[in-house]
Amino acid sequence: MSDIDLSTNYMGLQLAHPIVPSAGPLTHRLDRIKRLEDAGAPAVILASLFEEQIEQESLILDHYLSYGTETFAEALSYFPDLGRYSVGPEEYLELICAAKEQTSIPIIASLNGVSGGGWTEYAAKIEQAGADALELNIYYIATDPNITSAQVEQRYLDVLTQVKHNVHIPVAVKIGPFFSAMSNMARRLCDAGANALVLFNRFYQPDLDIEALEVVPHLVLSNSDELRLPLRWVAILYGRVKCALALSTGVHTRDDVLKGIMAGATIVTLTSELLLHGAGRINQLVREIREWMEQHEYISVAQMRGSLSQRAVANPDAFERANYMKVLQSWRPEPSALVSKLRR
Amino acid sequence: MPRELVTIEGNEAAAYVAYKTSEIIAIYPITPSSPMAEFCDQWSAQGVKNIWGTVPLVQEMQSEGGAAGAIHGALQSGSLATTFTSSQGLLLMIPNMFKIAGELTSTVFHIAARSIAAQGLSIFGDHSDVMAARSTGWAMLFASSVQEVMDFALIALASTLEARVPFLHVFDGFRTSHEIQKIERLSEDDMRTMIREELVWAHRSRALSPDRPFIRGTAQNPDVYFQARETVNPFYLATPAIVQNVMIRFAELTGRKYGLFEYVGAPDAERVIVSMGSSCDTIEETVNWLNAHGERVGAIKVRLYRPFSAEHLVQALPKSVRSIAVLDRCKEPGSAGEPLYLDVVSALAEQWEGALPRVIGGRYGLSSKEFTPAMVKAVFDELGKPRPKNHFTVGIYDDVTFTSLDYDPAFDIEPKNTVRAVFWGLGADGTVGANKNSIKIIGEETDNYAQGYFVYDSKKSGARTVSHLRFGPEPIRRPYLISKANFIGIHQFGFLERYDVLAQAEEGATILLNSPYGPESVWDHLPRPAQEQILAKKLKLYVIDAYKVAAEAEMGNRINTIMQTCFFAISGVLPREEAIAKIKEAIRKTYGKRGEAVVRKNFEAVDATLSHLYEVPIPADAPITGSPLPPVVPPEAPEFVQKVSATMIAGKGDLLPVSALPVDGTYPSGTTQWERRNIALEVPVWDPNICIQCGKCVFVCPHAVIRAKVYEPSALAHAPQGFKSAEARWKELAGLKYTLQVSVEDCTGCALCVEACPAKDKTQAGRRAINMEPQLPLREQEAENWAFFKQLPEYPRVNHLVFNNVKNVQLLEPLFEFSGACAGCGETPYLSLLTRLFGDRIYVANATGCSSIYGGNLPTTPWSFNREGRGPAWSNSLFEDNAEFGFGMRLTLDKQNEQARELVTALREQIGEALCDAILNADQSTEAGIQAQRARVAELKAKLQMLDKPEAKRLLALADMLVRKSVWVVGGDGWAYDIGYGGLDHVLASGRNIKLLVLDTEVYSNTGGQASKATPLGAAAKFAASGKHQPKKDLGLMAITYSNVYVAQVAMGANDAQTIKAFREAEAYDGPALIIAYAHCIAHGIDMAKGMNQQKLAVESGYWPLYRYNPVLAKEGKNPFQLDSSAPKIPLRDYAYNETRYRMLAQSNPEEAEALMKIAQEVVNARWRQYAALAGLKN
Repeated sequence: MSDIDLSTNYMGLQLAHPIVPSAGPLTHRLDRIKRLEDAGAPAVILASLFEEQIEQESLILDHYLSYGTETFAEALSYFPDLGRYSVGPEEYLELICAAKEQTSIPIIASLNGVSGGGWTEYAAKIEQAGADALELNIYYIATDPNITSAQVEQRYLDVLTQVKHNVHIPVAVKIGPFFSAMSNMARRLCDAGANALVLFNRFYQPDLDIEALEVVPHLVLSNSDELRLPLRWVAILYGRVKCALALSTGVHTRDDVLKGIMAGATIVTLTSELLLHGAGRINQLVREIREWMEQHEYISVAQMRGSLSQRAVANPDAFERANYMKVLQSWRPEPSALVSKLRR
Repeated sequence: MPRELVTIEGNEAAAYVAYKTSEIIAIYPITPSSPMAEFCDQWSAQGVKNIWGTVPLVQEMQSEGGAAGAIHGALQSGSLATTFTSSQGLLLMIPNMFKIAGELTSTVFHIAARSIAAQGLSIFGDHSDVMAARSTGWAMLFASSVQEVMDFALIALASTLEARVPFLHVFDGFRTSHEIQKIERLSEDDMRTMIREELVWAHRSRALSPDRPFIRGTAQNPDVYFQARETVNPFYLATPAIVQNVMIRFAELTGRKYGLFEYVGAPDAERVIVSMGSSCDTIEETVNWLNAHGERVGAIKVRLYRPFSAEHLVQALPKSVRSIAVLDRCKEPGSAGEPLYLDVVSALAEQWEGALPRVIGGRYGLSSKEFTPAMVKAVFDELGKPRPKNHFTVGIYDDVTFTSLDYDPAFDIEPKNTVRAVFWGLGADGTVGANKNSIKIIGEETDNYAQGYFVYDSKKSGARTVSHLRFGPEPIRRPYLISKANFIGIHQFGFLERYDVLAQAEEGATILLNSPYGPESVWDHLPRPAQEQILAKKLKLYVIDAYKVAAEAEMGNRINTIMQTCFFAISGVLPREEAIAKIKEAIRKTYGKRGEAVVRKNFEAVDATLSHLYEVPIPADAPITGSPLPPVVPPEAPEFVQKVSATMIAGKGDLLPVSALPVDGTYPSGTTQWERRNIALEVPVWDPNICIQCGKCVFVCPHAVIRAKVYEPSALAHAPQGFKSAEARWKELAGLKYTLQVSVEDCTGCALCVEACPAKDKTQAGRRAINMEPQLPLREQEAENWAFFKQLPEYPRVNHLVFNNVKNVQLLEPLFEFSGACAGCGETPYLSLLTRLFGDRIYVANATGCSSIYGGNLPTTPWSFNREGRGPAWSNSLFEDNAEFGFGMRLTLDKQNEQARELVTALREQIGEALCDAILNADQSTEAGIQAQRARVAELKAKLQMLDKPEAKRLLALADMLVRKSVWVVGGDGWAYDIGYGGLDHVLASGRNIKLLVLDTEVYSNTGGQASKATPLGAAAKFAASGKHQPKKDLGLMAITYSNVYVAQVAMGANDAQTIKAFREAEAYDGPALIIAYAHCIAHGIDMAKGMNQQKLAVESGYWPLYRYNPVLAKEGKNPFQLDSSAPKIPLRDYAYNETRYRMLAQSNPEEAEALMKIAQEVVNARWRQYAALAGLKN
């Protein structure tokens, strides 16, 4: 075995390697979290606790337990009283506690919300429940034409500030790519206390059902092509902001991981690949990376981190507009696309 | 250490002692005793231990008979065991009770005493049930208040262990079982002190055991049975003294003294009332008041009714007594007098020394009829007359046999230092819940005593609640409603227009009104009677727009905490700040376990309240500007509805005299049409341009308020402006018009129709052919449209359409309409369908439960009739006997048809051969065939009228039986799977042409959601608080094993065509048929508007496969089992976790829920494989 050092330090958390399961269906239940640990995950980011969940689950439970009660003499209620319910935050806090008790890896909780207000106080409860860090996923669709980009940006900063105010553990901020001035936004988030930026969250993009005339939820698994966008921004921001960078979205293969690290990511996070191929894929990726690094004589992850960042590469404009034209001109339709075009 | 003061209801008081002192508890739901069982099941699920440190085993049974049987077994094997029941439930226990008493077995059954179904069912309180059990040999101890319920539960147990005679511990259903009072809670040490452990060991030592075998339960012969029966005498003779001694020990322990017969009143009283139960408190209060005002009267409170100690009774009576009135809360028609009266008469005859006092007996308080100080005074007044009326009634007006005593309703003895508050609310607005909190706040946080009692509606949707709350510095012993309130909360403005809510206000009372109108304008919106009473009684009026405050706090229509805050602010029961703090504490206590957000929302509502509360300045000379109240029913309603139903609807049924009511429980059909409830805030509105006329909205409407008709265009000549129509979209009906009309005044606003509508606006997909819009602006126009629509001709049942699909079925008239079922009910659409298809020729035997309540609860009932005057013949017998009840109808039909045919044959010459043959050989398999037969029978009847032969007269009485009719036995899963299963099975096995429709909500819905054998594995329900661990019984498959029973499992929300097919095939099948229909329910905890979608998911998950088993196919050599739904497409959890019944378990016990869900999925998979194999499908 080589003495290649895959360890990485993410927001003060010492991790055995940089491939971390991201918030999602694999990290919302204790049995799955334990399976991930067994499969070599160096940490997990728990499935998100949503702002709506905090507010709504409690209200919904109350609504249905109260609905129709104290109305009809024979049926003054319709359900037994089961005592305390773990709704929204309570259930989530119990998951954190259990995960901390039954695993030995760092547990990064995830809080997903968009407005300031009472829900951000749950960050403190998350900390008290034992989370080692918090990923704050701010997901805002600015549908109101009266809201300006400056107001949107301020909203992100306000939420972060409130959360930071409530906790001492490190806070990563997961954002989307749609900022007019991403670099500036990134810096302001770091200045406001973000210990890391996670680039990017995959936006839920609803689909339309033309038969049923309905808007339908639609979520497909990512693929490696989606790596490009976060890869670019990790590479651009690396060295320009003082906080750590995590690359999320489109990480599937050994090369994806290596690219992420070389662009400057402290960790890469993934879900789709694990959903497709199981938790065991983590160890497999680690083995592949180790082999590759051996072959290419790298000694540590730290060594390669940022080696292909914008600041480090020979042609920094490759990340900017200059390469744009080149790429467009180099594109040729694939043969199958041509055939179908001709048939039409 | 002082005992804890708690504010609880009677049921909880009984359950608390019963639970703490039992090892085995067998339960079964029946109103009003169900909460006792629910408490025990819940405590057991939570691991609460009894006084011996073990968690009692609580087991639901299939009926009260089953519960009694299980208890009998548990007792015989040495357990301390108990159960709870009421009414018919107690009657079902009677056979076992004879055994338990005959074997001298110690136990206590706790009874919330309730009326017995006679001319009608009643869930309310009286002593009919326990009096029917008095020959069983059980001791009977009657408690009259919530405190006494707790005390007597323990006294009864301590006594039975010593006496070996089993005890019924009795208290009045609702009045005591549901009244909330501040009482002292007995400690576990109290129970340990009172229950002598050596008696428990003795009880165990008498148990059956193979380690020391003996037999018990022999069969005995004439030589010894009689003597053996007499062996128990010493035990009964000893019991009164044992109870008295236990009461003395209890008094030493707690300071509360009780006697077997307690005398209260003047020591030299000449007039005495003898009574039992909650009436005792009313009588005692009145006696004290009368004596304080110069009278000399007294009362005997009977505690130990059985064994009846004449000696103790005579000892308790003052020697001065000259006349005695014995009050019975029951009726025994044909007897020499009611039971207590007869007992008192015989006791005096046997034991009284000297001239016997005059004894009269009277009935009062049946079915929770109010019993007030005014009535007590009337009884004393009667006793003072030289020839007092015997066998009287009090509290009603009997203008037929003139039994009733006159009383002065204005007679009032309530002390003025009591706060008497009445709150009028809607079930949906949470008024009762908030009031229960208020009672707890005042009862537990102040030195005041508190009492709460709640009156509910007969309807399940849009239901009204009236809360009666008393608070005061002295114990409150007034088990009757508040007639003069000093505070009235009116939580719905509309109540002012429908009820005389201010009639209860005393002079100077405070009125709190939830009003959309502010203090400046509200006066002009008040109806005339309200204005008049406000001025005449100098009432103080406060208004708040609680719905506005609730909306701002995102609380929807839950205005409860807002109105509660106003009450505390205005009434001054507590200082404002303190009150608000206490309200918040109560909110946290009540809602905190459901999460922080709900607590926060309620806090926000409380904080926002006071700035919206205004006193309305009303000058003494304010002008009367309001309108009189509108008539309760429209003037065109039939006379009975005008005179009787309308009085009940107006809440004045107590005023109806005996003569107004039918003698045998017979009421006219189709009366809901006259009770316009106007309960929906939003109603569906039809858009003819988008509509594809599929009929799905009509099909799913639970209250049959959406109707479709096709008609000649000329019929529109006199249509009101705004009446909508479209070209009929049937190729067979080209040229006709189509209208979809909503009766907005009968709609409950459930929105199932909108969800069912498949047609969407091509330019705006969110709009459908039917959309919800506010009711009020539409009310007048749509009422006019409805009236016009109603008079349009019905589409003829015989025509060129086949009624085998939803589109065509929508044109059939439903004969079940505007029931009192919940908004969005999943059961009633099946009944609507049943009546559309066959309503003019069906008998319906309806098991007790939701369907018998929304189907038969007065004042108005939904089973209707068509223009020819034909409609369902509906009746409810009991819960447990429904299949047999319907079966009896079938036997009648079969026999009378046979007789009629015999007579037709016998009268062949007179009738004429052609008609005779046509009648006897008629093919009635189609609608046309049935109508032709009706015409023949009409012709036959005309001929018979002319014949002067006895056979002709006999045939005339039976001729209608020559027309095909069918019998439908309808009920819920509690009936079909549990209590009525034996009968259902027998009827299925009979081979006769009878149809059984199971409306399967998977719980006892009517009694509040207790588990049945239909409850699915993994769901939480009452009596399965830790989640049901056994799979649902496969009733359909069990029926299929007979091979000659038609069986279908349907879910109209998943496949409406299959549902129609199943109903038609079942009816057509000449033999027994069983349809098991998925009925979504409020007890599932779902968005009721999405009920049909949930049915779809149930089918898609494979949880509820659709199938039909048709024995006819087997005769044709085909596979009789047809699977109508496809293999599971979604995991069970995707269906289940849309429902609170599953989700709540996952939220309270995730590991258990997960484990159960896994098993439940395996059960679904296995069942599917089994069905697929039956259907001959390859897996």
